[in-house]
Amino acid sequence: MALPPPNPVLRRQVIQLYKELLHMGKEYPQGYDYFRPRLHRAFMSKSGLRDEGEIKQAIATAQFVQKELQALYYLKKYRTLKKQYYEVGEPQAAFGGVSSGLR
Amino acid sequence: MSALRILVPVKRVIDYAVKPRVNKAQTGVETAGVKHSMNPFDELSVEESVRIREGKKTPVEDICVISAGPTKAQDVLRTAMAMGADRAIHVETKEGEDLEPLGVAKLLKAATEQNKSNLVILGKQSIDDDAGQTGQMLAGLLGWAQATQASKIEFTGGDSVQVTREVDGGVETLKAKLPMVITTDLRLNEPRYASLPNIMKAKKKPLEKKTLADYGITAEKRLKTIKVTEPPPRQGGGKVEDVDGLVSKLKELGAL
Repeated sequence: MALPPPNPVLRRQVIQLYKELLHMGKEYPQGYDYFRPRLHRAFMSKSGLRDEGEIKQAIATAQFVQKELQALYYLKKYRTLKKQYYEVGEPQAAFGGVSSGLR
Repeated sequence: MSALRILVPVKRVIDYAVKPRVNKAQTGVETAGVKHSMNPFDELSVEESVRIREGKKTPVEDICVISAGPTKAQDVLRTAMAMGADRAIHVETKEGEDLEPLGVAKLLKAATEQNKSNLVILGKQSIDDDAGQTGQMLAGLLGWAQATQASKIEFTGGDSVQVTREVDGGVETLKAKLPMVITTDLRLNEPRYASLPNIMKAKKKPLEKKTLADYGITAEKRLKTIKVTEPPPRQGGGKVEDVDGLVSKLKELGAL
């Protein structure tokens, strides 16, 4: 490789983020097999970065995605439970019982 | 004012996103090879305990999570500790040896006394059995005040706690003195995500292993499950040819 080695501190941070995101991907609604290649591609597309400012920006993007994922998981759970336990008056819940919601 | 010692019972249940299937023998739902996670209502109670500590208004001495179940119940205890609980107690039961709500309440009573807890925060129900009885029974056995389905918990100085609950057409505010039992409603808070680094750190937190006998409890059943069946499949709709067809169909159904 012609590229110079990256800053070791940032490198460690990036690897850590990748691991954390991979772990979160196990719960992804479309499945881990959908999530993993996409995550890998997203990280690989930035692998050529050497400018510290740019790397930090990419890290910030990854942290943003991490927060979005957490929000997504929370909302999905909240909405499913709300549908199953709190919207009995709605025709769908009244007819289908508790299990017919989002599935 | 005495520092809070919070006991948070958690249950490992089939994940909320999984559609449960009835087993062939019609004795229950299939649990083998199915994804499990912490009961979502218990996540709310873990989160609330951690928030009481982080709010810093009330000193919290100890947040202890407890679960009765097979060895894998330790996973949800680890998750609870990753969210911020201090320590965990795992009461091991054999596979298929499930406790009924009364048994759980008796177990929790013993655990509460042993840990000198003065606040128990439970999920209002578990999403697998949906019994919604444990909190109430526990409060009854302990002789403590109870506030069920809390959507807001405030400490109003001294030993008094103010709990807001959502009721039909409004909110109800209750006030009680510690020690007490609180069960959580869905809108109480937004549980945090147990991140990978926190799960790793939680592995160092103490997890105590106990048996039912340690608390003088047996898993004997008072109820017998006779049969478990799937709900009937949804009836499909029918198509009508024209307006006359629609009108006659509606008349047939008595809607006109």
